[in-house]
Amino acid sequence: MKPVLPALALLVAALFAASLLIGPAGLGLGDSLRALFRGDGDAVVLVMREIRLPRAILGLLAGAVLGLSGAAMQGYLRNPLAEPGLIGVSSSAALGAVLALQTGLAAALPLALPLSALTGAGLSVLLILLLAGPRGGALALILAGIALSALTSALTSLVLNLSPNPFAAMEIVYWMMGSLADRSMTHVWLAAPFMAAGMAALLTLGRGLDALTLGEDAAQSLGVNLPRLRLTLILGTAASVGAAVAVAGAVGFVGLVVPHLLRPLVGARPSRLLPASALGGAAMLLAADIATRLVAPDQDLKLGVLTALVGAPFFLHLIWRMRRVEA
Amino acid sequence: MTLLSLENLTIRRGACPVVDDVSLTIGAGEFIGLLGPNGAGKTSLLRGALGLLPGTGHSSLAALPPLARAKAAAFLPQGREIAWPVSVEVLVALGRSPHGTADPADPAVTRALVRMGLTSFRDRSATALSGGEQARVLIARALAQETPLLLADEPVAGLDPEAQIRTMQVFADLAAEGRGVVASIHDLGLAARHCSRLILMHRGRLVADGPPRAVLTDETLAEVFGIRGFHAETEDGPVFQPMGLVR
Repeated sequence: MKPVLPALALLVAALFAASLLIGPAGLGLGDSLRALFRGDGDAVVLVMREIRLPRAILGLLAGAVLGLSGAAMQGYLRNPLAEPGLIGVSSSAALGAVLALQTGLAAALPLALPLSALTGAGLSVLLILLLAGPRGGALALILAGIALSALTSALTSLVLNLSPNPFAAMEIVYWMMGSLADRSMTHVWLAAPFMAAGMAALLTLGRGLDALTLGEDAAQSLGVNLPRLRLTLILGTAASVGAAVAVAGAVGFVGLVVPHLLRPLVGARPSRLLPASALGGAAMLLAADIATRLVAPDQDLKLGVLTALVGAPFFLHLIWRMRRVEA
Repeated sequence: MTLLSLENLTIRRGACPVVDDVSLTIGAGEFIGLLGPNGAGKTSLLRGALGLLPGTGHSSLAALPPLARAKAAAFLPQGREIAWPVSVEVLVALGRSPHGTADPADPAVTRALVRMGLTSFRDRSATALSGGEQARVLIARALAQETPLLLADEPVAGLDPEAQIRTMQVFADLAAEGRGVVASIHDLGLAARHCSRLILMHRGRLVADGPPRAVLTDETLAEVFGIRGFHAETEDGPVFQPMGLVR
């Protein structure tokens, strides 16, 4: 077995450091580190501790959440095309955020936006459980998720449609592209507990997801409690992805591409894919966030735009290779 | 020792009972062939016995908590599903997960691979194998669980003759070692030759239960399957061959 996890952990550590050290302020390496750890130098401390550190932490956590929940969702549905947004949590959280922006709450109170997004994610879970039942099968879950996503997307469009204020509409559109810029430690303290709890729940699913390789009947006969697995998956995804969307906006493609990319490296075992995808997702999001700062420092390139722009062709390449293997 | 007891098990799909008031006990040392035409309720009986389908009546296995049940009985479903391209040894090792960790180095994994003649496939990707080979790997997974009872739903369907006979012999060996096996099967010849006891189902009801010669009578064959058959006792064991239709 190749040492996949240590290699990924090193990559994440390097990218986290790079994320701390790269930015428009153009600080020296020594100054930055001194400011971060010892608090020497006023302006530099402010930049390091209040701007770059929260940004790097949120990139790390949100990326890990998206990669992990994508791997868990693909394992549960036994489908490599599944992604965390499938059960409607992302679009519901986005609707909550959009409502906060539209009503002006977000401008009045900085935390209104993430709180409103978290509320949206929480309500979506209640709706999903109501629609798909606490003990239903995978198909009911997918269909309920699709219906909920369609409904929340339509409501988001309605808000934009009826928005009397073009600036609010523009703000909403920009927010929906996803970004880690200008986040504070308050965002970290708000989102981190949900993300940590959600990820802890999802990481317990390894044995059950492995057994599901053999199908639902075989997994149950191996002692897996499927209704409980499904509930853990829904709650874990909702808490972690809801919190990720609340602080980073809608960042697509990470949850879809990362598990797909890492699967061959872990022998396709769903239980090994979970931690690997968490690390891989963190690496991808940190790298993408650094890229937004390097590629167009003056343009405020949005994170979600970049992940989709790089992710989609990359995904096409994977499909191209898969097609040749399967032919 | 009783490995499974069913009392008045009834499973309904809508208003129609697919398993109708079935009572039976299965003891150690038995290799039981579960027979019946398509739709007779064989799969529903196996799933109901494990508690995978809700029903009325009592099943000793369904009454157990999930992990205890997984240590008491292994189940080979009819649908042969392998979702991810994992290696054969990793797939077979999933049978060990109720006992702790699904470790491919577990000696039970090697024992199961040896029994099914799959040792040379050990490191191959399970999804790259042919359908029949995948079926054998999945049987090995159920064997690796090393439970007192094995419930297998059409284990030999689609296997080549060598693999069919090997599988039936493995199951007979397990019974000889004091374990119990229930396998649903459509090949009456294989069932008559290898099973120690046959259970015949028809329209959800248990219509015959006993040694092969007592179950595969001209009357039951005509009534349940609509066929007639040829019996013989040879030096090499009993032979049964379906010969023609009677209706």
